[in-house]
Parts: sequence; C-alpha cells; structure tokens
Amino acid sequence: MKIMQQTNKRLLTSILAALFVIFLGNFTYAQEATEHAEQAHEKEPFNPGTYIIEHIGDSYEWHIFTYHDHHVSLPLPVILYSEHTGFHFFMSSKFEHGHKKYNRFHIDHRAGATKGKILETLSDGTTLERPWDVSITKNTLSLLLSLIFLLWLFISIANAYKRNKDKAPKGMQSLLEPLILFIRDDIAKASIAHHAEKYIPYLLSIFFFIFFNNLFGLIPIIPGGANLTGNIAVTMVLAIFTFIITSVNANKSYWKHLIDAPGVPWWLKFPLPLMPLVEIMGIFIKPFVLMIRLFANITAGHIIALGFFSLIFIFGNLNMYAGYGISILSIAFTVFMTVLEFLVAFIQAYVFALLSALYFGMATEESH
Amino acid sequence: MGLVTPDFGLLFWMILSFSIVLFLLKKFAWKPILSALKEREDFIEQALQSAEKAKEEMSKLQASNEKIIKEARNERDRLLVEAREVKATIINDAKEQATVEGNKMIEAAKRAIENEKASALNEIKNSIANLSIEIAEKILKENLSSSVNQQKVMDTYLNEVKLN
Repeated sequence: MKIMQQTNKRLLTSILAALFVIFLGNFTYAQEATEHAEQAHEKEPFNPGTYIIEHIGDSYEWHIFTYHDHHVSLPLPVILYSEHTGFHFFMSSKFEHGHKKYNRFHIDHRAGATKGKILETLSDGTTLERPWDVSITKNTLSLLLSLIFLLWLFISIANAYKRNKDKAPKGMQSLLEPLILFIRDDIAKASIAHHAEKYIPYLLSIFFFIFFNNLFGLIPIIPGGANLTGNIAVTMVLAIFTFIITSVNANKSYWKHLIDAPGVPWWLKFPLPLMPLVEIMGIFIKPFVLMIRLFANITAGHIIALGFFSLIFIFGNLNMYAGYGISILSIAFTVFMTVLEFLVAFIQAYVFALLSALYFGMATEESH
Repeated sequence: MGLVTPDFGLLFWMILSFSIVLFLLKKFAWKPILSALKEREDFIEQALQSAEKAKEEMSKLQASNEKIIKEARNERDRLLVEAREVKATIINDAKEQATVEGNKMIEAAKRAIENEKASALNEIKNSIANLSIEIAEKILKENLSSSVNQQKVMDTYLNEVKLN
C-alpha cells in the first residue's frame, strides 16, 4: 500500500515537472533547436571565465536549463526608450537567446563595456548610443519577487502579531521573532543612542532584504539563482539609502566635527585642511565601502562555487573520466562553499545593518 | 568592467520598488510588529510585577494570618485564665454567700425556734395555770363544803395577802 502511494507520488511529481517544462518551453521559439543544431557541431571550448561571469551577471532572460543545445529559459519583458524611436516594449524571446536582431535592437556580444546589453543599430550598421534600458531583467524580476515575498511574509507575520496579541509567537512568527528582536536590541538600540526606534524599520527592512536575497541567490534553480545582492546597482541603492538617512538625520555636531574635528592638532586643519578633507571623504567612503563589501562578498562566493563546478567541465574536456572523477571533489567543495555561504548570507546582512546603525548613531550622537 | 558598473535599469527598478516596499513594510509590517512586541513585553513585565506583588502580598497576608492566629491563641489562653479566675471567684462568692445565707437562715430558724419555744412555754404555763385553777376549783368545791374549812382557807389567803 505504502509503495503504491510512493509510486503514485513519484508519478505525480514527474507529470508536474513535465508540464512545467512544456509550459516554459512554449515561451521559447520552436525553431531554435534546428538552428542551434548547426552551431553545435563546431563545439566551442569551455571557457570558465565567460561561464562564471554569465552566471553572476544580469540577463534579459531567465535561463532554466539547456538540453542538447536547446535552451529553455523564461523570457522577460524588454522596456527601452530610444531617443530616436521612442518607447519599445517586447519580450526578450524575440532575441532568441541573443542570436537574432529584433527591430533595430540586438544584444551586444563584443567584449567591452556594453557586452550583454541591448544596442540600437541603423540599417547601415552604425551603432547609436545605448537606449535607456529599464527592462525587467533576471535581477529585476528576482528583485520584484523577493520584495513581494518580503511584503507577504512580514505582513502575514504582522497579522499574526495582531491575532496572537500578548501571546507566545507561533510558526513563522516565532522563527523570525529572534531576528527581529536581535536587530531591534543588539543592532539598533545598541548603536543608536537617541531615538533608535526611528531607524528600526529601515534596519529591519535592509537586513531581511539582504538576508533573504543572499539565501535566494544560493538556490541554483528558478526562482532563485539571481545574483541580486552581488549586483553593484542593488548594493549601491542600499548604500545610498543609508547615506541619505545618515545625512538627513545628522545633527549639528556631526557636521561641525567634519570641519573641526576635536582633539586634532591645529596644523592638520590650517592652513592645509587635511583632517576636514579626510573627514569629508569619509562620509562618502562609508557608504561606498558598504556597497563594495556586500557586492564583493556575495559575488566572490558565487564565483568560488561556480569555479568548483567549472573544474568538472575543464577536466571533462580533457578526459571524460577525469571529469567524473573531479566531480566528486568539486561537489564536496561546492557543498562546503554553500554551507559557508549560508553563514556569509547572514553575516553580510548583519554587517550591513550594523554598520548602517553605527553610522546613524554617529550622525545623531550628542557632542560631549 | 560590466560587473562593477551599475546598470541603469536595475538602479531605476531598485530605487523605485525598494522605496515603495520600505514604505509599505514600515507601515503595514514593522509598525504593528514592533508595537505588538513592545506591548507584549510591557504585558509580560506587568504580569511579572503583579505576580511579584501578589507574592509579596501573599507572604504579608500569611504573616498577618500567623499574627492573627497567634493573637487568637493568646486571647484564648488569656480568656481561659480569666475564665478560671472568674470560676474561682464565682465559686468563692457563692460559697461565701451560701455561708452567709445559711447563717442567716440558721439565725432565723434559731429565732423562730426561740419564739416557738417561748410561746410554747407560755402556753404550757397558761394550761398549767388553768389546770391548777380547775384542780383548785374542784378541791375547793370539795373542801369548802364545810364552814370550818372555809374559814381556814379564808385565813390562809388573807395571810398570804398580808404577806404581799
């Protein structure tokens, strides 16, 4: 009886998986298989650098898997504003994984600053300047999904708090309550002396945004796998938010100390304003470092994990058995790295929130 | 370089969506969560305090109970002692009174007996006098039948009168 149930379950899952694949496959063009078959014969040598950069970078489509040179990916909407032809809105499947031109647009394959971006060319082949590109890319979709997830999660938890008033937490609520309390008490209240409550919502938001996106980045398949917190644009926005909140809430003594740092010999301030210069640079360096730290840590983790995977293919190109042999080692290392990345996911979210809190605390500190 | 150049599209979406989500989370998630946490903490704090207070009151109550019991015991002892004393005095009083009363009764009885005795004696005297008179009468009747005798008697009495 039990075996029957298990086989039924297995059958159901495989049917679901097949439906899923068919559904997604329908998005992509049917002809592509035949087209790619021609290219497949001249097999490119495996290039780990390109492979890794493609995986940690952004993309106009969400690649799911490749089967016999047949790419299955989720096409995403491309939204462009060209100064010459106005707004354009189409699905990225029109590019057929970057192989085809659509309208006047194509994805640049040349090495350089615009590699992988959409360019507009005239019929005579001259390239125009890059259009304003606000496409829903893989990272953008991942961002939106993660934000929806955060909203859903925390609003439902908030409802649980309303429902379970003055009672012990339950379920998701009890899972996340220690983290919420940790941020409130050990990050916000420990670092900010005055009006810490004002900053707690922001600190909670960035902590959970970074933490969950770090974790989603570790999931190798859709809807995870986007290297969102390892994207410099995302970390930049987070750092800018911290910078703006710091600057807006900074009190007089903070600004005064920038120009006239106390306890510093006068000749460091006059006639050459060395210390003020350093201090003023400091206010920009702080968020800049926040941006770089998160970006570098998460990207590095992905690069290392992908590097271990690349080893399999590098050795596999030399010899099939060497590839299988090294795969055991590679997978062991990748598992280790992934476990390490769990830790990094938490630590980086913690560090970002903690440093933001420290900057808020410094900006609102009373002068002694 | 592509890796460290922020992409315009993602910057745009990130600023837009993250600002909206920050606002929504703050309004609909963090505010109720943080206030609920605070309320719960206050509630627990209060509950602990009131429990502590109740405990204190309990011990106070217990102490006062013990005191009351002790007092009651003392009171009882005192009452017992008092009762014993009262009993003794009552008995003594009763005894004294009984003695006095008894003495009085005995006195009265004695007096009554004296009176009775006196009256009885008087009566006996009277009856003896009457009897004597009757006897004398009878004797006289018999003796005075003769004139000689009459004379004699008369003399005797006359003599007696003279004596008196």
